[in-house]
Amino acid sequence: MIDFSIIFAGFGGQGILSAGKMAAEAALYEGKEVSWFPSYGPEMRGGTANCSVVISDEPIGSPVVNDADVVICLNQPSMEKFEKQLKPGALMILDSSLINVRPERTDIKVIAMPASDIASDLGKMLFAPISMLGCMATETGCFSRDSFEKSLYEVLPERKHKLIPTNVAAFDKGAEYAK
Amino acid sequence: MAQKRVLMKGNEVIAEAAIRAGCRNYFGYPITPQTEVMHYMAKKMVEAGGNFVQAESELAAINMVYGAASAGFRAMTSSSSPGISLKQEGISYIAGAELPAVVVNIVRAGPGLGGIQPAQGDYFQATKGGGHGDFRNIVIAPASVQEIYELVVDAFNLADKYRMMVMIMGDGTLGQMMEPVAFRDEEPIENIAKPWAACGRKGDDFHHTITSIYIDPDVLEKKNIELQEKYKIVEANEVRYESVCMDDDPEIVITAFSTCSRISRNVIRQARDMGIKVGMIRPITLWPFPSKPIAEAADMPSVKGFIDVELNAGQMIEDVRLAVNGKKPVYFHGRMGGNLPMQKEILDKIVAIHEGTLKEGGIV
Amino acid sequence: MAVVFEPTKGLTDKPFHYCPGCCHGIIHRLVAETLVEMDALETAVGVASVGCTYNSYEYLACDMVQAAHGRAPAVATGIKRNLKDKIVFTYQGDGDLASIGTAEIVHAAARGEKITVVFVNNAVYGMTSGQMAPTTLVGQVTTTSPWGRNPETQGYPINVSEFLSQLPGAAYVERVCVTDFKNINAAKKAIKKAFTVQQNNLGFSLVEVLSTCPTNWGKEPLAAMEWLKENMQKQYPLGCYKGADLVFDENGKYVSGSIPATNNNCVNVAEVK
Repeated sequence: MIDFSIIFAGFGGQGILSAGKMAAEAALYEGKEVSWFPSYGPEMRGGTANCSVVISDEPIGSPVVNDADVVICLNQPSMEKFEKQLKPGALMILDSSLINVRPERTDIKVIAMPASDIASDLGKMLFAPISMLGCMATETGCFSRDSFEKSLYEVLPERKHKLIPTNVAAFDKGAEYAK
Repeated sequence: MAQKRVLMKGNEVIAEAAIRAGCRNYFGYPITPQTEVMHYMAKKMVEAGGNFVQAESELAAINMVYGAASAGFRAMTSSSSPGISLKQEGISYIAGAELPAVVVNIVRAGPGLGGIQPAQGDYFQATKGGGHGDFRNIVIAPASVQEIYELVVDAFNLADKYRMMVMIMGDGTLGQMMEPVAFRDEEPIENIAKPWAACGRKGDDFHHTITSIYIDPDVLEKKNIELQEKYKIVEANEVRYESVCMDDDPEIVITAFSTCSRISRNVIRQARDMGIKVGMIRPITLWPFPSKPIAEAADMPSVKGFIDVELNAGQMIEDVRLAVNGKKPVYFHGRMGGNLPMQKEILDKIVAIHEGTLKEGGIV
Repeated sequence: MAVVFEPTKGLTDKPFHYCPGCCHGIIHRLVAETLVEMDALETAVGVASVGCTYNSYEYLACDMVQAAHGRAPAVATGIKRNLKDKIVFTYQGDGDLASIGTAEIVHAAARGEKITVVFVNNAVYGMTSGQMAPTTLVGQVTTTSPWGRNPETQGYPINVSEFLSQLPGAAYVERVCVTDFKNINAAKKAIKKAFTVQQNNLGFSLVEVLSTCPTNWGKEPLAAMEWLKENMQKQYPLGCYKGADLVFDENGKYVSGSIPATNNNCVNVAEVK
């Protein structure tokens, strides 16, 4: 895998940045090269948030992603913005609980999944992007469920370990939407 | 021994590396995109028993560094472009008083307030002096979070060794990104005695004075000559660079530092897939500048030309041209305003150079 | 023959470059003698500033650091934070402290930085040849106020001691002058008290010393002293503006009096439940 690139985008507070970090940590657990790059400054004050994650077997060039392999969208403005930054044939996963419209491009794969409904069932909206991680990892094979779970135990402080099973449950729920 | 790789932000690693290097003084003022250095220091420097002061301005911060360094303590400040302009006063005094200090510039796009996205427009300021008077700073440009860690530790050693300011020059990308970093169990800290420090006479029959003022022209000229002699020693001993794919008679040589070198590394792979042999010389020290390997590359019969890639209108290219000395054409690709070049943009120019259709010079 | 007077060890042998009648010589001597009397010459670090005082780093015999214009309080902060049990002081003029260095002095005081500032106010820029200073009196003629300082276009003098004493971090602020023996003795006492405040970690301390500048005032030394008494002391009344009630024992240990730590009138949200 060389420079497999993912963009996570949505509103601030939806857990976008930390979902991106989890993806990077899972890939790092597999010994891959990874980078994580957030939107920063005034861009974030308007309420939108996004980050780019690159996973690679070789040293990573640019951590800033212009043509992504995957875009994970949790709101409509992000979908409209980042639809343009996908490679042909690439994958868009969108939260159908929050986005009613669909991308215009026909040369990309689209998975619409009710991520926020899944999260709501699990008790916290922050699980929405994590369920989408599950979908992405299963669909593309960029990291395994096992790495996702094990990296959480490694990275999170002990007092947060009790939250990990629900994170994994969100991941598994999302995985069901992979085609 | 290297520890397990952990995912950390560039800015946080700058701070962590400084603490590991034995720096116990951090003075700063908030500015995007380097604030995480300060946030990390606010907690970890204090936990390490060191001094953290949020100064009233960049001017005050650099002068607190001046004070701590005068007393013989490792000290650091960090900022981003507009803040570094403010610090130039203190930077010139640090050079004049020959104090060891580390200053980090996480460069953003200018001029003026500019933007907050990554840029390399401060190359001239960093490498040609920046403040008033004849002086140099060692300028180090890491290209990854791992390299930030190693080079920040080295920076403190170099600063003490030469009684000079060392600037770590990154950009918004490097500061904001997370990448794996593996820390060492023990840092290679060089404990260099500082008998010159003003920290109390302690029995000496003279008082220690730290100053940059020399009213007598003859005395000041002598001081300047001494400084220049020191800089020559640094130039002879401390040049650092990386050669990438330079061993198999490359046709085109990229010159790029920091973020641009990362992007260029991927371009090299793509160009070679297309049958164009591209290599790269990546300066790690921007001053002293690696002129020699670039001059040697210009003498290689296989090399048709150079392409310099920067996040500015063409600054380092002047040093590249001096080294190439007219022997081969030097082309340029730059982006400004906070934009990064796409691999394809650079690749297209490489193809054009290869086909002989690109004109030398020009912006973007 | 009995020795009745000898030079203080607190000053180097370097001859002063100050003009005849200038008060810097007296004030340097007071600082130097105080350091010697407090047995601090071997340990103290002073910070020289820019202006006529630029060369004070060569005259005072303790370790000295020369700072950029106005930045001495920041430089002293960097030193003091590392040498917590040493006396660290700055020696600054009015242009340095009250004009270009306002941010540094205000924030050093606001932080309650444990440094002492010896602030020499002669109501004019001396070194650069007599320009108007922030402390120049209304109507005072200088090279940049040739018709006298005009408040309409050039504003009003800054009373540094009064305003810095308003900051909670300031533990001790006093204004003195060195026009005669009585005042010289009072000035020395104030400098000693400021260093004592610092040694007890009570907070920021400042001694403002009114000074003459015969050269740039265009007056004979004695006439300059008279002008100081008649005019400057009216604009800048002598007295203790903060820390008048501080009491120390014979070993210099703090005994009583209001200090920033317990008497600051600041809301502390950590304590508001």
